[in-house]
Amino acid sequence: MKRPPFLVALPWILPWAIGFVAFLAVPIAMSLWYSFNDYSLLEPAAFVGLENYKELAGDPLFWRVTRNTLFYGLASSGLSVVMSLLIAALLETRVRGTSLVRAIVFIPVLVPAVSGAVSWLWLYNPRFGLINSALSKLGVDGPDWLGSTAWAMPSFIVMGLWVIGSSVLVYSAALRDVPRTLYESASIDGVGRLGRFRHVTLPMVSPAILFNGVMSLIWSLQLFAPPHLMTRGGPEETTYTYSMYVYNNAFIYGRMGYASALAWLQILVTLALTLIVLAVGRRFVYYRAA
Amino acid sequence: MSDERRQHGDDQRAGLGPRVGPRLGAWTSLAVIGFLYAVPLVWGFLVSLKSSAQAAAPGLGVLPRFEGEGGEPSLFSVAYWSRFFEQAAANYHGVWTSPIADFPLYLRNSLLVAVLSVLGTLVSSSIVAYGFSRLAWRGRDAVFTLVLATMMVPQAVVIAPSYLLFRELGWIGTFAPLWAPAWFSGASSVFMLRQFFLTIPRELDEAARIDGCSHVGVFVRVILPLSRPALAAVGLFQFVGSWNDFLGPLVFLNHQEQYTLQLGLANYYAQHGGTPWNLVMAFSTLVILPVLLLFLMTRRRFVEGVATQGLKE
Repeated sequence: MKRPPFLVALPWILPWAIGFVAFLAVPIAMSLWYSFNDYSLLEPAAFVGLENYKELAGDPLFWRVTRNTLFYGLASSGLSVVMSLLIAALLETRVRGTSLVRAIVFIPVLVPAVSGAVSWLWLYNPRFGLINSALSKLGVDGPDWLGSTAWAMPSFIVMGLWVIGSSVLVYSAALRDVPRTLYESASIDGVGRLGRFRHVTLPMVSPAILFNGVMSLIWSLQLFAPPHLMTRGGPEETTYTYSMYVYNNAFIYGRMGYASALAWLQILVTLALTLIVLAVGRRFVYYRAA
Repeated sequence: MSDERRQHGDDQRAGLGPRVGPRLGAWTSLAVIGFLYAVPLVWGFLVSLKSSAQAAAPGLGVLPRFEGEGGEPSLFSVAYWSRFFEQAAANYHGVWTSPIADFPLYLRNSLLVAVLSVLGTLVSSSIVAYGFSRLAWRGRDAVFTLVLATMMVPQAVVIAPSYLLFRELGWIGTFAPLWAPAWFSGASSVFMLRQFFLTIPRELDEAARIDGCSHVGVFVRVILPLSRPALAAVGLFQFVGSWNDFLGPLVFLNHQEQYTLQLGLANYYAQHGGTPWNLVMAFSTLVILPVLLLFLMTRRRFVEGVATQGLKE
């Protein structure tokens, strides 16, 4: 009596399958349905067809938060890719204290969003914050970082660069996989330090660069807690992000139908980016196996 | 420095030529990076030791200062340090017994959610990981790709849809949405455990199977005992994830008696309107502390876990 392999495996996979359907597929399907409804949570939903999506197209705030979020996402993931690669490369040099610096760079990843927000609020405080106190010693009158339309978003981008520890770790592993012999033969051919980085390191870790870049894009496009806690999207909506707009529509303005339409667009974008990560990931397997 | 020694130093530098320069540059850059990345937390901690007036005063003073009879007590005096600890203790005690935030209650709530989530993910994810690593079935790789895909989905993207479901279930205003999903396995936990199970030699379970062990027997007697390090890492990650979760409690809880520490801190500093920064920072330090201690005790495991998640697929 032999049972087919799938039935043998089923009980083992069941917890995941139930969780996937119940906590991901069903909610996403429900929100697709509600995105075609006018739904305030207090009254029964009323079917309105494509009304919510049509409203999106003409909603200036929707375009505003989309622009803000794309700007943050591209700037922060681009800078984080460069910065974490540089830090990872520095950590591979054989000097004293690298393991301490490695730990220090990783710790912010573990810091809860609210604590991070509180710390940075204090650093950015225009009157007694550390940054402006330090600037005033240099005779510079620092701006009101989070209160100025010009500086608020860049301040969040800098704050995002504080949390690049996991991407540094991925690079560290990739850098250690680069065969020493490649560097040695490049040296013998008279290639200098920068040349070796440019012509050996970069091509060898490029899959990791792509992987990290897209991962950090996925995460930065859903920025919520820091602006929600620190600026409430201000000043003049310069730090109002897409996730905040979904949250406010769903839970503050009581417009769950509209929020569902917004959430659906976000799900589609995330899905597209995820497919890229998976494609890159496959190349990784190949690359590591080769 | 004498001329002779300076001469010697120059000789050395000349001798090492191309090596000392870059090394010194790397060391300096690393020192600057370490400093910059440490500042936000270290400074927050230092503020938590000050008086509320000093915390909100401009300047770069690192340590608290005290007025004394006949000027400030010296840093090297007993008087200074006794007042230092007196003030630090008063700040932290003030947070613990604050009338506007019930810290011990929030701590209990956070621990409850985190412990239930850790137990749930350990039990369910290890079972699922066995199914993905030790059993051969058609479509396994395709389904596993789906697991990987769900690993990338950020919480903020599905929070509003999840709310709709939990509302139907009557779970809003309870802790259930925060821990129940963990009992149906988490994608990254399954992934990490599967990767680890794959490194356990097949010969071990084949021997057990020949001795008449079922899959359940192999799982309980062979795989689980050998996977303690991976289980510990998965438990750690889940603990940190639950402990640090802000969006979940923000959306799914609605009474202050249910607040977790994250919500408590957000509410605490909002109510303070930015005034006693020393107390806000003390609260924040207490919230970070458990996670930081766990990290320092298990650094290697943490780092390996992240590297695995990022690289091997």
